[in-house]
Amino acid sequence: MQSLEALAREATDLAAGRNLPALNADEAEVGRILQICNACRYCEGFCAVFPAMTRRLAFDKADVHYLANLCHNCGACLHACQYAPPHEFAVNVPQAMATVRARTYSDFAWPTGFGKLYRNNGVTVALAVAGGLALFLVLALMVQGTLFHTPLAGDFYAIFPHNLLVSMFAPVFLFAALALGIGVARFWREAAPGAASGAAIAETTHDVLRLTYLDGGHGQGCNNADDAFTLARRRYHHLTFYGFMLCFAATSVATLYHYVFGWEAPYAFTSLPVVLGTVGGIGLLIGPAGLFWLNLKRHPEHGDAAQKPMDRGFIALLFFTSLTGLALLAGRDTSAMGLLLAVHLGVVMGLFLTMPYGKFAHGFYRSAALLKWAIEKRRPNPVGVGSDG
Amino acid sequence: MKEMHPGTVDVLIIGGGNAALCAALMAREAGASVLLLEAAPREWRGGNSSHTRNLRCMHDAPQDVLTESYPEEEFWQDLLKVTGGVTNEKLARLAIRESSHCRDWMRKHGVNFQPSLSGTLHLSRTNAFFMGGGKALVNAYYRSAEALGVRIRYEAPVDRIELENGVFRAAWVGDERIAARACVMAAGGFESNREWLREAWGQNENGEWPADNFAIRGTRFNRGVLLKAMIDAGADMIGDPSQSHCVAIDARAPLYDGGICTRIDCVSLGIVVNKHAARFYDEGEDFWPKRYAIWGRLVAQQPGQIGFSIIDAKANGRFMPPVFPGATADTLEELARQLGIDEAAFVRTVGEYNAACHVGTFDHTVQDDCHTEGLSPAKTHWALPIDTPPFRGYALKPGITFTYLGLKVNEQAAVHFSDVPSPNLFVAGEMMAGNVLGKGYTAGVGMTIGTTFGRIAGAHAAAAARQGESHAIA
Repeated sequence: MQSLEALAREATDLAAGRNLPALNADEAEVGRILQICNACRYCEGFCAVFPAMTRRLAFDKADVHYLANLCHNCGACLHACQYAPPHEFAVNVPQAMATVRARTYSDFAWPTGFGKLYRNNGVTVALAVAGGLALFLVLALMVQGTLFHTPLAGDFYAIFPHNLLVSMFAPVFLFAALALGIGVARFWREAAPGAASGAAIAETTHDVLRLTYLDGGHGQGCNNADDAFTLARRRYHHLTFYGFMLCFAATSVATLYHYVFGWEAPYAFTSLPVVLGTVGGIGLLIGPAGLFWLNLKRHPEHGDAAQKPMDRGFIALLFFTSLTGLALLAGRDTSAMGLLLAVHLGVVMGLFLTMPYGKFAHGFYRSAALLKWAIEKRRPNPVGVGSDG
Repeated sequence: MKEMHPGTVDVLIIGGGNAALCAALMAREAGASVLLLEAAPREWRGGNSSHTRNLRCMHDAPQDVLTESYPEEEFWQDLLKVTGGVTNEKLARLAIRESSHCRDWMRKHGVNFQPSLSGTLHLSRTNAFFMGGGKALVNAYYRSAEALGVRIRYEAPVDRIELENGVFRAAWVGDERIAARACVMAAGGFESNREWLREAWGQNENGEWPADNFAIRGTRFNRGVLLKAMIDAGADMIGDPSQSHCVAIDARAPLYDGGICTRIDCVSLGIVVNKHAARFYDEGEDFWPKRYAIWGRLVAQQPGQIGFSIIDAKANGRFMPPVFPGATADTLEELARQLGIDEAAFVRTVGEYNAACHVGTFDHTVQDDCHTEGLSPAKTHWALPIDTPPFRGYALKPGITFTYLGLKVNEQAAVHFSDVPSPNLFVAGEMMAGNVLGKGYTAGVGMTIGTTFGRIAGAHAAAAARQGESHAIA
């Protein structure tokens, strides 16, 4: 229990507005709404946002950024809200949080100016993919003189030499990882919650891998089109996430084969990289397709409509990454392999280029917010409201 | 399920909140065709139920979200205490017993429960909280009702009931006559009928009409139209028509639907003054959850129906955060200016109070030994001087939760005319809660009554419709 003096001091600071950066309009809207939520608290069982809220009496910039990224935009609190529009309080937590969330990606982005790419993200993604496609198609033409060739039995490196691909993708991938890492580190440092215990890390890992907060708190799932609960979003997200991870594993295993064992591609259909890639690729087709369908049917008051191009752009990128990869696998023994390969590599390049400046970032920011919560909840509650008779 | 005579439904439900929905679901489960008429448009459906958060439940052993036990006798004693005996033991015990086993049925229809919310630990033993609150419950019931084939019409306020010797024939929505074999009325009290409230509260000695300054904590659609119609039709009534559940809420609360978040929970941590800056009641009489319901009436009796809850920085963080920020000032004079009360009188009142404070060991979780000496009215617990800036003040006004006037019922929830139960007209929820809760309130008991008698009314209405049908055939 924090001492009364500390609370009183905090209140004095708050009243005097000391040391607190001003909230922008979107952040102020989150603050306004949470003030109402904190006086109500009916939604405490849905997710981590509300228990985290009850540990605060006022919401500064860092609190708002943290809570906005903790919100999974499940929609449960909107449909349950006695103060939701048309009530004059106009409480829409998921929408206010989504608006701030996108701003945090943009504001924490590295290099700082690149944060602009989050706005009009549809254009960003389109340009990256178009650039990627053009690059590899032109490259193929330059190397081969034609997009079609005599069948090469799946030998990609006959078209794009291995070292050329590594020299193109490795820097982009490393840059993406660095840029995302710096962005998330900035988010973390804004209000670092202290050291993470093993238990906190284990809980966060569990909540990330299981998408705990899309289960509605009762296991029936989140809301999508209306006030009914559905597990579809959680399941399609799992297919997408684990599909992506299997594809990533396929690439990692292949890299290991190449450098450690000296086994060069192409690999047999029954080989580990191809099996992982195929299974993951199927997940990465069904998952994004399902998420896209849910996105189309989403209740109009959920989230921030301005971010739909970003959401859908990312969904499309994942879908086409998988589709072109599976098409390449299917056609790798034909004369169209070069074309299929160029298209696949172009899409993958688009994905890599936009990773730190698109929807991909949400996983990292949300995981960081979940870890903050797992650390914070293990500390004594600074607000003593709950002890009232 | 059949509809023998298209155009005539088996069971007509008037109302769209918890009791109405429970009745509709039970009647439908019993095989009746059901039409539900909700006065509000869809986005405002559910009446006061949308503002609720829990159900008071009897249980003899820990049950999922409920800790320890809450036996029938203890529940009954609690009810006896809060009502001061203005209750019907038979009906009360029926509701209490029903509350011990209705939750599986509620779950079946999509209601989820959660442990008691932070700041409500004192209710973890007695009350089962709805996950997401009452609106989530209302949503679940509507989904289930629609899935089962209950027909629902919004913006269908019933103006009058057509009766024939105590037998329900039809309800009228404007010019439209809706006939049914049986009917359940569950359309709420009259708290949002401003004229009726004005009349019920009357004029005070200063010539004021106190009710003009009240906010209604719940729906604007509880206008008491059916209550009035039933009085006119000669139905047996129960409950004091001048009484309502009245709490002190933030004076900036909206006129309707302010719900729970407009409560001001810091009264016991400071003092409350009226617009003349005078104290008028012991703020530390008992724990706040046990006292908050008397403060509406206390404020209603003050000039201008306004009060000001005053705290200092020591109270910060010790009470549920209010929805609106309070007036905040570093001096008492400045606070008085912001609140629009006389500075000198306010400073004098606080000074007298501070001087009278006998500070022992402050502990807000027990009735501690901090009290005033030689002050009238005394503050008997949690009396700490108001001396640490910033000072805060919240203007209070009365907020009406519900009214007590209702229709007299028996264990079948039947409406009575001159002590004779109607064969096919039933009533549930706020329209008859006064049978059990003639006075006072305790958390979650409104939902206990609404759920119990909604279910009973629905089941009996379905049976009455079946009987009416066989009579018609014979």
